[in-house]
Amino acid sequence: MNTMEKTLRSPVSQRPHEIKKTDQLTGIGAEVSIELNGIKMKVPIGKTILEICRDNNIHIPTLCYHEDLCIAGNCRLCLVEIEGMRTLQTSCSFPVTSPIKIKTFSDKVRKARKHIVGLMLSEHYGECYSCVRNNNCELQSLAREYGIDNYEFGHICSPRYNVDKSSQAVIRDMDKCILCRRCVRTCIDLQEVGVLEAVNRGYDTKISTFMDKPLADVVCINCGQCINRCPTAALHANDPSDEIWKAIEDPEKHVILQTAPSPRASLGEEFGLPPGHSMTGQLNTAARRMGFDRVFDTNFSADLTIMEEGTELLNRLRKALVEKDTSVRLPQFTSCSPGWIKFIEHFYPEYLDYLSTAKSPQQMFGSVIKTFYADESGIDPANIVNVALMPCAAKKFECNRPEMNSSGFKDIDYGLTTREMAKMIREAGLVLPDLPKSGFDDPFGEASGAGLIFGSTGGVMEAALRTVYELVTGRVVPFKNLNIEVCRGMKGIKEASVKLENCRPEFSFLEGIDLKFIVAHGTANAKVVMDMLKNGELKDYHFVEIMACPGGCIGGGGQPIPTSESIRKLRAKAIYEEEAGLPVRKSHENPHIKYIYEKFLKDGPCGKLSHKLLHTHYVKRGKFIN
Amino acid sequence: MMTFEKIKRTGPVLFSEYENGSALKKAISIGRNEILAELKESGLKGRGGAGFPTSTKWMLTAAAKADRKFVICNADEGEPGTFKDRVLLTEYPELVLEGMIIAGYVIGAKEGIIYLRSEYSYMLEFLESKIEYMRKYGFFGKNILGEQGFDFEIKIRLGSGAYECGEETALIESLEGYRGEPRNRPPFPVNTGYLGYPTVVNNVETLASVPHIITKGGEWYKKFGTDKSTGSKLFSVSGDCKYPGVYELQWGITLRELLKIVGAENTKAVQVGGASGVCLNESQFDKKISYEETATGGSIMIFDKSRSMLEVLKNFMEFFVEESCGQCTPCRIGNVKLLEGVNMIEKNDYTLEYIDKLKELGETMKIASKCGLGQTSPNPFISILDNFKDEIFSKN
Ligand SMILES: Cc1cc2nc3c(=O)[nH]c(=O)nc-3n(C[C@H](O)[C@H](O)[C@H](O)COP(=O)(O)O)c2cc1C
Ligand code: SF4
Ligand code: SF4
Ligand code: SF4
Ligand code: SF4
Repeated sequence: MNTMEKTLRSPVSQRPHEIKKTDQLTGIGAEVSIELNGIKMKVPIGKTILEICRDNNIHIPTLCYHEDLCIAGNCRLCLVEIEGMRTLQTSCSFPVTSPIKIKTFSDKVRKARKHIVGLMLSEHYGECYSCVRNNNCELQSLAREYGIDNYEFGHICSPRYNVDKSSQAVIRDMDKCILCRRCVRTCIDLQEVGVLEAVNRGYDTKISTFMDKPLADVVCINCGQCINRCPTAALHANDPSDEIWKAIEDPEKHVILQTAPSPRASLGEEFGLPPGHSMTGQLNTAARRMGFDRVFDTNFSADLTIMEEGTELLNRLRKALVEKDTSVRLPQFTSCSPGWIKFIEHFYPEYLDYLSTAKSPQQMFGSVIKTFYADESGIDPANIVNVALMPCAAKKFECNRPEMNSSGFKDIDYGLTTREMAKMIREAGLVLPDLPKSGFDDPFGEASGAGLIFGSTGGVMEAALRTVYELVTGRVVPFKNLNIEVCRGMKGIKEASVKLENCRPEFSFLEGIDLKFIVAHGTANAKVVMDMLKNGELKDYHFVEIMACPGGCIGGGGQPIPTSESIRKLRAKAIYEEEAGLPVRKSHENPHIKYIYEKFLKDGPCGKLSHKLLHTHYVKRGKFIN
Repeated sequence: MMTFEKIKRTGPVLFSEYENGSALKKAISIGRNEILAELKESGLKGRGGAGFPTSTKWMLTAAAKADRKFVICNADEGEPGTFKDRVLLTEYPELVLEGMIIAGYVIGAKEGIIYLRSEYSYMLEFLESKIEYMRKYGFFGKNILGEQGFDFEIKIRLGSGAYECGEETALIESLEGYRGEPRNRPPFPVNTGYLGYPTVVNNVETLASVPHIITKGGEWYKKFGTDKSTGSKLFSVSGDCKYPGVYELQWGITLRELLKIVGAENTKAVQVGGASGVCLNESQFDKKISYEETATGGSIMIFDKSRSMLEVLKNFMEFFVEESCGQCTPCRIGNVKLLEGVNMIEKNDYTLEYIDKLKELGETMKIASKCGLGQTSPNPFISILDNFKDEIFSKN
């Protein structure tokens, strides 16, 4: 597999430069002596000034710079002065290769930065107190940092653009855009989608979609990654919280909150906690106090997904190997990430048959609640309002897909992001970290750890392997403590295999097979995998997990801002730690799962009823939308 | 701006006698190091505006290790009031082409590209026919003039009408199919240029100077001009004068001398260096045109006493607001603010305090912008407001 290197499609101007490893540089030595604000130090050759400053606890303001993205160097805020150079240099893009003297806050530098912030503010329409990013806005912080107390170069007092509210996921308010182009780089480099681009020149420059179409009418996959990296409120999610409050107030309505695994790992950040603190119990309490009638754990339906998807995989393998059915498509691709689904529908519509037909856990839960739960608890499904707390912007689009009504009603009424939930909790006057913990409601009160790790890249694969391996061989997966480490971590594309030996009689057709799988996250990596599939390089693979967002759901487009790889790692760590301590860690051992297959989905996983309620179909969208 | 095709004065350097192909033959016989030595001796600096020593640029590219290298001739000539490259390309294309081949020889490039301003697309066929003509004499193709392993070809690519695409890294982005926006530097094109390969980008006039230097020697070239501005320069003279056009003059000539030659009378102001240059008043006409005093990529615009300097300034600032690529903050918004300042003065609705603030902003733009456009666009603003204070602020 040599095609795995990630491709970058940003202009070369914005790609990281290739800096030779220091040990390959001859004659210079691995380090160079520099002077940073008068302090002499040795630094590795090739490190940028910005990196060096961060290593030395010197704060350099940045806007267009983002850890996840390649260098743009266009906001010009990170300028520093280098002795002997006529112009100031952007520290983000300047690799140190010679013994230079750097000043990070000289008169020229401070003046320039203040001017630049002043210029940005002069074109920035809107006021902070009426803005979703109030208190979490990089432009606002900069204004504070540089003591901006007036509009030095004036202030625009009427909007230049219309707000684009066409998308169910992402709202574009270009009057708040400062043209840092993080969104452009996110969409093209991290996601390989490329619906956003700068158009026009000079003062008329703006971020646009193809032909300036509404976002809903272009190939946007609703992943929301651009939102997470936008320093301002120019991009934000379509917030349904007003309608949810209305439903909560309505005594007729039975409002149910299901919470996905990853928001609980990140919600604390919205309340000032460092990343990596799980808030599961506090979140449940908050939801009850806010007036949700029930709080369910999406991990339950994640377990359900594993049962369905795992069974589907075994069925496909049986068909292919035993019945020699050539119409069966392998490897099977996971289908629980709606951003990924829209990606494949747009960019690889001819490969939809490779997708598992299983719905995402959110949607499975929706239809189960409005059928099984409604029935058991004697509530009219018409009065149930299903709210899904998700790390995700794409879930907002998913729940509105016309096919997502197999319960006879709209299976999920609202997709709510972590950020929006935090806002609602604040509105309710609750301080999340101070709340007592409480559990989930029955009849889905308990979920397995397998469901929990869905929140991180590799989690679905790990959960599926635990179940599939055990179904096939009757033994637990051959990994220490059930932890399938090869699935974990932030590598863009991970691949491994597990040998199936001493299979149960009914799975003898799998005897001796190396079950080969791939895990990819971020649709740029998905594209690499899909191109391998296209080139016939995946013929002997069986299962592929794809998550649209870098890091998986913990890095989802609805998660707290900011995001970075280190933050995502901490969130993942919180999930894995919580999981390790759970009593049940395999989906098929979840007693509530056993119960639902006994009582309700009586013909078992992938049976008739589950096909009706838990499986779906996809749309060949293609790249051209009228 | 009106332009005239005719060369008004040919000088002793660029337009000196020359036999086609003689430089290339000599170049191959003396070898790379000798060529670089001659170039260094000559003191030739880039004629595209920035004035970077050509020998250094070539030396750095020659030293870079890579499978491919490129020579790019920058024929985007977008600076308002500049039309000398057009004259060279139509009158002396062989000189330019030969300069490119020699560059290829020195740096080890096999591929050359002429980035031709779209307005000059009418020259395309003509230039291609020249290339074919020279090919007959063995100046293109494989093993040029019998030199084993020395292959060179030139392709011509059309620009898309943006001034900004004349900036060398924006030009390269544009060649690669992206928006014409400047790159971060470092890395420089000499290491990481077109398609990531080491690339020499030179102005038309720079390349056209090379064959003369090779045949007649750096020593000879140095005799012309001043200490730090050697050789001669093509000036595109426009505006209020009797004989606008292209002139080859030696560096070091004073503005007053130049004005006389071009038949300018009643001159109030001279903008040296195009829109991004500085504007001088009568008391400054004894300045020498040279890298030491007032440099120019070639443009000289003359304004006589009938002109309103505020109007002149407004035109320049409108140009920059329009032509900024829009990538970086100081230039994208800064130029708008400077233009607003001009409009305020025009409406007599300003405070000197704010105008001073804008001048300070201009100083920031000069050092904080990403490329030469934003770094030089405050020049006319600052120089016109300073040098024509009395006229402009007379209403107050
Ligand atoms: C905005 C801008 C426009 C430019 N336009 C041109 C141009 O039209 N022609 C040119 O030769 N150089 C132009 N330059 C200069 C080039 O960036 C570059 O310095 C030059 O091509 C190098 O060649 P030289 O060393 O032979 O001068 C421009 C620079 C800037 C900043
Ligand atoms: S985007 Fe930031 S600076 Fe702009 S109004 Fe909102 S909070 Fe204030
Ligand atoms: S939501 Fe995703 S696909 Fe859509 S514009 Fe943003 S980054 Fe691109
Ligand atoms: S929309 Fe946001 S991320 Fe995109 S360029 Fe504007 S400010 Fe930057
Ligand atoms: S200085 Fe102006 S032209 Fe140059 S990169 Fe910045 S915005 Fe573009």
